[in-house]
Amino acid sequence: MASVFQDEEFYLPAHHTYSLLPFRFSRLDSDRYVAVNEVGESQLLLRDELELFVRKRLSQSSRLYYALKARHFLEDNDSDIAADLLTLKVRSKRERIARFTSLHMFVVTLRCNHSCQYCQVSRQSEDRSAYDMTEAMADRALDFTFRSPSPAIKIEFQGGEPLLNFDLIKYIVLNAKRRNVVEKRDLAFVIATNLSFLTDEILGFCRDHAVQISTSLDGPADLHNANRPKPGNDSYEVTIDGIRRAREALGVDQVSALMTTTKASLARVTEIIDEYVKQGFRGIFLRNLSPYGFAIKTRYFDGYDSDSWLNFYRCGLDYILQLNKQGCSFAEFFTTTVLQKMLTPYETGFVNLRSPAGIGIAGIIFSYNGEVYPSDEARMKAEMGDKIFCMGNLMTDTYEQMMLSPALLTPLEDSFAESVPMCEECAFLPYCGSDPDYHYATQRDFVGHKALSGFCKKNMGVFRYIIQKLEDKPEERQILESWVNW
Amino acid sequence: MLKLFSNRVVSLGSMRENGTVVRRVSENPDYAQICREQEYFLVRDRLSEVPEGFAGYLFFEKPSRDVPLVSYLLEPTLSYLRNGDIVKINTSHGTLRTVYRRNSRHNSVLVTERCNNYCLMCSQPPREINDDHLVDELLQTIPLMSRETLSVVITGGEPTLLGERLAQVINAFRCYLPYTAVHVLSNGRSFRDLDYAKAIGQVQHPDLMIGIPLYSDISSKHDYVVQADGAFDDTIRGIINLKTVGVRVEIRVVLHNLTYDRLPELARFIRRNLTFCDHVALMGLEMTGFTRSNLNKLWIDPKDYQAQLRDAVAILDGAKMDVSIYNHQLCILEESLHRFSRKSISDWKNEFMAECNGCTRKRECGGFFSSATLRYTTHITPFHDD
Repeated sequence: MASVFQDEEFYLPAHHTYSLLPFRFSRLDSDRYVAVNEVGESQLLLRDELELFVRKRLSQSSRLYYALKARHFLEDNDSDIAADLLTLKVRSKRERIARFTSLHMFVVTLRCNHSCQYCQVSRQSEDRSAYDMTEAMADRALDFTFRSPSPAIKIEFQGGEPLLNFDLIKYIVLNAKRRNVVEKRDLAFVIATNLSFLTDEILGFCRDHAVQISTSLDGPADLHNANRPKPGNDSYEVTIDGIRRAREALGVDQVSALMTTTKASLARVTEIIDEYVKQGFRGIFLRNLSPYGFAIKTRYFDGYDSDSWLNFYRCGLDYILQLNKQGCSFAEFFTTTVLQKMLTPYETGFVNLRSPAGIGIAGIIFSYNGEVYPSDEARMKAEMGDKIFCMGNLMTDTYEQMMLSPALLTPLEDSFAESVPMCEECAFLPYCGSDPDYHYATQRDFVGHKALSGFCKKNMGVFRYIIQKLEDKPEERQILESWVNW
Repeated sequence: MLKLFSNRVVSLGSMRENGTVVRRVSENPDYAQICREQEYFLVRDRLSEVPEGFAGYLFFEKPSRDVPLVSYLLEPTLSYLRNGDIVKINTSHGTLRTVYRRNSRHNSVLVTERCNNYCLMCSQPPREINDDHLVDELLQTIPLMSRETLSVVITGGEPTLLGERLAQVINAFRCYLPYTAVHVLSNGRSFRDLDYAKAIGQVQHPDLMIGIPLYSDISSKHDYVVQADGAFDDTIRGIINLKTVGVRVEIRVVLHNLTYDRLPELARFIRRNLTFCDHVALMGLEMTGFTRSNLNKLWIDPKDYQAQLRDAVAILDGAKMDVSIYNHQLCILEESLHRFSRKSISDWKNEFMAECNGCTRKRECGGFFSSATLRYTTHITPFHDD
């Protein structure tokens, strides 16, 4: 009896043909290419495979063909679902743009007790009137904040050392919460502090109002104290003690730390990571030094280039993966951001890897004097004397005037990587973004020449390194995949 | 295995109810008179008193004395029937089907035998018949079910072939059993029509999930497994439409020789394209229906796909998707997968093999389908925790 069931071949289209869907490709290493589609799905190909693929000569039943089909690099006449799914994925990736500004940074004072070499903005001063934000400005800043349509609003207190103006922090938190009774946003607060002025009263307030703490930890004691001088030279000890007290008052997940990389850090990545593990953190963000403010003025930035940072990053990532293989769960947060872009349908919240850039439309900063800037880096530039990014002043300009000011719109319009020379043809574009601040600071141009861009070189190095691990090291791939939702 | 169907119902009384009747059964001889008129009374043994006033009487032993007008003799295999269960009796055919068991967590209702797929491993081979009466009877059954019922599965055939009547059924559940989860097993193809998805969404059932199978990330491979050209595209569009209108969706993957190989790729496809789905169930094969005819194509010892299963679970769980493993025995799953394993096989067909004797983890184990005696893994190794 003939079977009532058909064979697999029956379900293949009789006249096989396929068309290419949008993608970009770049050379990954000596013999491999990486192709990435519009939404960040990728496929590695050898040179002749790439040729067969684009010349539409791939066999319909090869594993490579299946991979390219499932990841929507091609569409054949068996299925026309690819466009529907790509549409959906593009929409998911771009969703954040419509949500608009979520991070609102309040510089409540420029005064600080530290004199960090890499700090661009702080002042050693007792003059409150000259360097503190006023309540009137805070009111205007809150007006501005709640003009954003974003369903989630994060208010971050910056400085200087913001705890030197804690009364204003209280004022802003209480008023933001009062407004939120009507606004009903997902409202969060964080204080970026060196913890020197932490008191039980402050911790009590933070606990009562769910205010998170973010601090600086640059590595082991000698490195941290060298990077972050203060009277008494005990920044490390104060920080560690503050982290402990904050955790006990608020809970471990409410306290985070950020490190800044300096020339002195470059040779000590494993010690820096060990310090974070020892202090009970679940991960570290291996940041590069920003080319702003004092960093450039002191020629600190010239102290090392993208290559030496990349070496620092690679060694650090390898070491962290080693720790994981030995049973210590720990993540590197720049990598997790990139992995989210590579492995999930969603866009990351990280403002420096977005196109258009996150300036103004993801985060915005209100300076102590009422001036409004589209990023922390932009206000640092202003402290150095260049106010090119200044969108206006809270006390004299309206929301519309500031959000539509050329100081924001010009760099923003220049930040669509999809139309930037060299970016538009780069396979890594969906993983990357634009950083008009950086390119202005280094090349006096919002776009910049990518062949000369440290931003480009650094990011490409990271993308290549992660892709190679994902493709070539199954054990590391498993660890990296577990970081996606860390 | 419980027998939910019997074709040896003998009428004992001088009257029969005509056609098909749906009745709740009672074991309570003191039941309020006003409540008796719609129910059948279960007579466990020949010596019991037979209380008056019930719509009918179900005997397990032939009584020696006169019986009430409407009385039936049932096979002893049906003696599991309890107070609050619901039966459907067709007196002209002498058949009885247990359509609902109050104390079971696994009540499912068949709404049609028709289907627009023809899956190689279908456990309920479709028949192209007019079975509209099934819905009529179900609509009578729903008001009789206990409001404490945790969940009910609506199955087929393909339930969406009922069209608007499926919305009517779901609405009946919403009205009569507002606290009962309703799970519809559908191939999802009908929902490619957004208006149809909307019609289901507009019922606004508070706890509804549509379980939809997806067998491959490659259209032709899915179409081959379900033996229907174009099914992959329809199903994907259906899933998207359902989620668009706010209906929850579960993706169901039956694991066998034609699906295990690309399982990690399917998991990646789901993570990328369907990450908004509410649950993914990775399911062992049931050895019944068409699976028996296609056993050579389909069989793989579950032990031999553990690597693919582990990868798929890691990918989906890592994407924060809710993922479960159904129909598997604990001892063949890697330790890391145990927490995903569910006791998913319906109680009436859930069994253990002789090898399982003495195993200390039977209570947590998924066990076997009764049909697994046909073929099952050769790797059963009972646990002997102290």
